[in-house]
Amino acid sequence: MSAPLLHRYRAGEMHRFAAADAEFVYLPTAGAIFALDGATADVLERLQGGAVAHDELAAALVADGMDPADADGLLRELRLVRLIESDQVVSAAPAVDTPPADFPLQALVLNITNQCNLACTYCYEFGADRIATPTGKPKYMTPETARAAVDFLLDGAKGRESVHITFFGGETLMNFRLLRDVVAYADERAAENGRKVTYSLTTNATLLTDEIIDFLADKAIGVTVSIDGPEKLQDARRVYKSGKGSYAVILPRLKALIARHRRRAITARVTLSAGVTDVVGIYRHLKDEIGFHEIGFAPVTSAGEDRDWGLDGDGMGTVLAGFHALAQEWLDHALRGQMHGFSNVSETIGELVAGTNKSHPCGAGIGLLGVSPSGDLSPCHRFTDADDHVLGHVDHGVDHEKRVDFLARGHVGAKYECTSCWARPLCAGGCHHEAFVRYGDTGHANLHYCDWIREWTDRCLGIYGTLAARNPAFLDRFADRKVQS
Amino acid sequence: MKHLKPLNAKARRIEADLAAMEEDVVALQQAPRPHVPMGCSLSFSPGWEVDASGGTAGLCQPVERDIYDCYVTCFWPVQMADHVNYSPDWASKCAAATKDWRNLDIVFP
Repeated sequence: MSAPLLHRYRAGEMHRFAAADAEFVYLPTAGAIFALDGATADVLERLQGGAVAHDELAAALVADGMDPADADGLLRELRLVRLIESDQVVSAAPAVDTPPADFPLQALVLNITNQCNLACTYCYEFGADRIATPTGKPKYMTPETARAAVDFLLDGAKGRESVHITFFGGETLMNFRLLRDVVAYADERAAENGRKVTYSLTTNATLLTDEIIDFLADKAIGVTVSIDGPEKLQDARRVYKSGKGSYAVILPRLKALIARHRRRAITARVTLSAGVTDVVGIYRHLKDEIGFHEIGFAPVTSAGEDRDWGLDGDGMGTVLAGFHALAQEWLDHALRGQMHGFSNVSETIGELVAGTNKSHPCGAGIGLLGVSPSGDLSPCHRFTDADDHVLGHVDHGVDHEKRVDFLARGHVGAKYECTSCWARPLCAGGCHHEAFVRYGDTGHANLHYCDWIREWTDRCLGIYGTLAARNPAFLDRFADRKVQS
Repeated sequence: MKHLKPLNAKARRIEADLAAMEEDVVALQQAPRPHVPMGCSLSFSPGWEVDASGGTAGLCQPVERDIYDCYVTCFWPVQMADHVNYSPDWASKCAAATKDWRNLDIVFP
């Protein structure tokens, strides 16, 4: 590469951040993180006012005491990494490329029932924002459909030694017998080719029994419990159809689960909604009093602020303040070499370690598909039983045209607002389902939380930078962390 | 890399890519300059010259020898036979150019 000696340089696309008295940069075009030295920071400062000619920059560096060859070398290094670029460069239009049609499946979410014994008011499956059209469809998955789904997964996962099945509902444990049969069948089928199936399930914990807990522990099935916190908060919206709260029912069952199931992390998944925003209090309760290993938080899905459970600006502000407080705890733990259970940080750190740069917000429709009780395929469990989002059927495979349409619209390159956002490598526009509920289009960027995502990503980058400077070995623990949603 | 320190897997891949470029094809005018002389001066070639009478018949080595040099030492594709697609064997009878140059096949495009 010859040095374009006549070029003028401008700063490339980047997000700079400081941590532990050091300077860093995050490159959105790659998902790469670099530590900067003083000379690099100096060059970037000089470009803040606009483009500067190569010779002028080099002369300024030499005037500051740098050897001429070193100055040329520095500019070359920054140009190749794209921290600086010629002001003649015109960025290519973002490409929307779909994965190949034979992209191997990695995971299925089996909605083994669409029935639930609770009636949580904010539920995206049954509440006012539901998109499911379950009328006239099976309420429980049959063994035949489940076996067809397992066959579909194993056939579609060519080349993978290990695949994953997540059991989901409705309330998953209302069809526990089928769950048990699926595990036996899938283990047997996978073993025929020396492959392995791992499992997880999401449950509201109301139907956990000792027998079920023993089975889950025996099979090393990962368990995520949907729970909103201490009694008052849990019973605000996670209620039976009668309106009675579910906290008192699940507490002893959770304690039994956590005491007996030691082979996988037991995770709590908290839905934050209006009035349920005390993130730190909820974390303390779930971690210290109940004993969950990890706790993840997500704001409730809602069509807008007119829903009585939706979080308004104040609510989101309270949530973000709580996230910051727990993030500080997470960092303090990490500096001591200890894991903290706030999984929102752990997940992001895992992605930053790898340098994830997403074409799509998640694996929905790519390596992951949802299966409804009838056997219909959907992008993920959140689109189960929704006629407008069917992507095929386990008996006759994926409808490639629909899948391509879903992925083309959901591609980050197709979301205009994302193209200039530095947080796009991790966010990619956010949840397809959330976008559909909010904007009526799975391919719409979730604009209502852009500022929130950028602030949160910046916080996690700060944690990353601090650890890179003070306890880099701790980051290695996240090298193999699977991204779970 | 001297000024940027890669801190995640993606940054390390970029670093590896740039390191690989350092060993890649370089241009003579590239900064920093290559430290070895390159081109025909590395081998004995008459170059594209004419003899005392203005022709090529009296050169100390024939022009065909020069064509062969382009093939062996330099990247000068317009002057040599297409040995990748159409004439893979054009130089197979020429083991030592100074002795065997007469055996180079004439190639008609």
